[in-house]
Amino acid sequence: MPGVNDERPENMTDEATDQAGDAEWELRLYVAGQTTKSITALANLKKLAEEHMHGKYHIEVIDLMQEPQRARTNEVIAIPTLVRKLPEPIRKIIGDLSDKERVLVGLELKERAGK
Amino acid sequence: MPDFSSEAKMNLPAVVKCPTGIAGFDEITYGGLPCGRPTLVAGNAGAGKTLFAMEFLVRGATQFGENGVFVSFEESPDELAKNVASLGFDLHTLEEENKLVIEHIRIERSEIEETGEYDLEGLFIRLEFAIDSVGARRIALDTLESLFGGLPNEGILRAELRRLFRWLKSKGVTAVITAERGAEGTLTRHGLEEYVSDCVIVLDNRIVEQVATRRLRVVKYRGSVHGTNEYPFLIGENGFNVLPITSIGLDHDASTERISTGVPDLDEMLGGKGYYRGSSVLISGTAGTGKSSLAVAFAKAACERGEKVLYLAFEEAPRQILRNMRSIDIDLAPCLEKNLLKISAYRPTTYGLETHLAVIHKLVKELGPQVVIIDPITNFLAIGTNQEIKSMFTRLVDFLKGDGITSLFTSLTSGGGYEEATEVGISSVIDTWILLRDVEIGGERNRALHILKSRGMPHSNQVREFILSNEGIRLVDAYLGTAGVLTGSARLAQETRERATVLEREQEMESRRNALERRRQMKQAQIAAIEAEFAADEDEYNRMTAREGIRLKAVQTEREAMGRSRKSEEEKS
Repeated sequence: MPGVNDERPENMTDEATDQAGDAEWELRLYVAGQTTKSITALANLKKLAEEHMHGKYHIEVIDLMQEPQRARTNEVIAIPTLVRKLPEPIRKIIGDLSDKERVLVGLELKERAGK
Repeated sequence: MPDFSSEAKMNLPAVVKCPTGIAGFDEITYGGLPCGRPTLVAGNAGAGKTLFAMEFLVRGATQFGENGVFVSFEESPDELAKNVASLGFDLHTLEEENKLVIEHIRIERSEIEETGEYDLEGLFIRLEFAIDSVGARRIALDTLESLFGGLPNEGILRAELRRLFRWLKSKGVTAVITAERGAEGTLTRHGLEEYVSDCVIVLDNRIVEQVATRRLRVVKYRGSVHGTNEYPFLIGENGFNVLPITSIGLDHDASTERISTGVPDLDEMLGGKGYYRGSSVLISGTAGTGKSSLAVAFAKAACERGEKVLYLAFEEAPRQILRNMRSIDIDLAPCLEKNLLKISAYRPTTYGLETHLAVIHKLVKELGPQVVIIDPITNFLAIGTNQEIKSMFTRLVDFLKGDGITSLFTSLTSGGGYEEATEVGISSVIDTWILLRDVEIGGERNRALHILKSRGMPHSNQVREFILSNEGIRLVDAYLGTAGVLTGSARLAQETRERATVLEREQEMESRRNALERRRQMKQAQIAAIEAEFAADEDEYNRMTAREGIRLKAVQTEREAMGRSRKSEEEKS
């Protein structure tokens, strides 16, 4: 399981953006330091994104420990929180994203996946 | 009742208290909320929870140099600012001055999907960021329970709330957490009292017989004594106003100063000096016996001494009082012009009993009067039971006495009898009790006054006639006769009779004097007659004596002549 550190999220987002190009899916994962839950969430998210929106996604990881003021932007109180900025409307999924089915429903991917 | 003051002192080191600045609240909690600890404020919708929390922060920032964070889970910062602007709180300025942060946390249940493990670290981070941004010492969470609506996993939420309160304590911030009142007697809908156990306050807005009364109660205050009663409170233009009116102590000062009743004759009856300053006076009587007139006379006298008077009229409008009192030569207009007299007239049914107390309390605090008059207290019967009124009244009297205010109450007793028990049974808190009553004699009703009691001063035991005329109030010396006190025409008649009796006696004496004189003259005449008689007798006697002398002389002469003749015969023989 890859660790999430100060640089990794940045790298990862860059990496993802490179892969995605003009991202159809804009996702934002709020974490608070390197907790087990955060690490699990990021791993789950990456796996799921690769499976369901390959090349069309952009993941931004925001560590509230570093940027606490950003918690206000998306009304984040639970950690981890995944915010789907695009496509609209905004959806929020809280938790470590371990329940894949519910994440897909939350991202409104269930139907897409089913197509 | 335990001695609160000494216990409070004993507990002082245990719990450091944080003054709220909310009028009255710090008094009932002996200092405020527990410092650095969370306090739960529970109440129904509209009970004033948000306001309490907000005032705690605003006063903290403006009066105690403690900045605050207001975390709103419901209203937006703009809404909040608007809502409290009417209470004189300027949130925007406080925010600009970095004294207050309003953190709006909005949770939209429909936007949120829950998958797997999570915690509320985001909330903690936001709180911490807000607290640190202004160096806050106070925080309000309004209403934390909204989280239960936004987050489906109650297990996680409860664990996180427990952690939140621990965390707040470790941050050393004094927190106010508001919560909705739960159904069936539970304090809060989601059992927050389980986590916040240091101090719990319940706000209530109860409606009894269509009259709403706001009340506040300190349910729990760990490590501290506190007033346990329900205290009425007002939300007015200056925010919260809790009334610490209780009958906790009887330690008010007793002034020895005496003040005029406004009626010289009544002063005379009260040891020549009038009421004690700071005492409570009750004037009770049946309808139309002149209770208000005595009350107004007292008010007028106080104003003339330059004192402030608060006159609470529950029966008449101010203008009506002015007009009516002019008819007995009491002109209140100058008192009003000089702002010494404030007449506050409203129907008792306007508010609940407790709210009345709150309103009176507030008026007294604002005006700072030396004299408070309530005319009449019995009108409260319309909105409360005797017991409630008695309790309210006791608290009111204690509060007024505590402030050294002389209070005068009028009480309407039901007609048809001589009532020494007031309707509301309040005699024990009354220092001077004046009873007015009707006396019906000879086809007219007249007023009589007597002093039922007057603590700590010699007072007249007489029943006097009480006369209201266009020359003012007079108490006429009572006629004490076989029929008791006589008033009005009966008194006049009696006085006439009395005068006639005196006259009669005088005449009798005169005639007796004359008779004596006559008898003296008669006796003297008799004496003169006897003397004259005697003189006549004496004359007679003298004449007789003289005649006898002459006769004796004649006899002597005759005898001598005889002797001479005999001798010659002897000589012959």
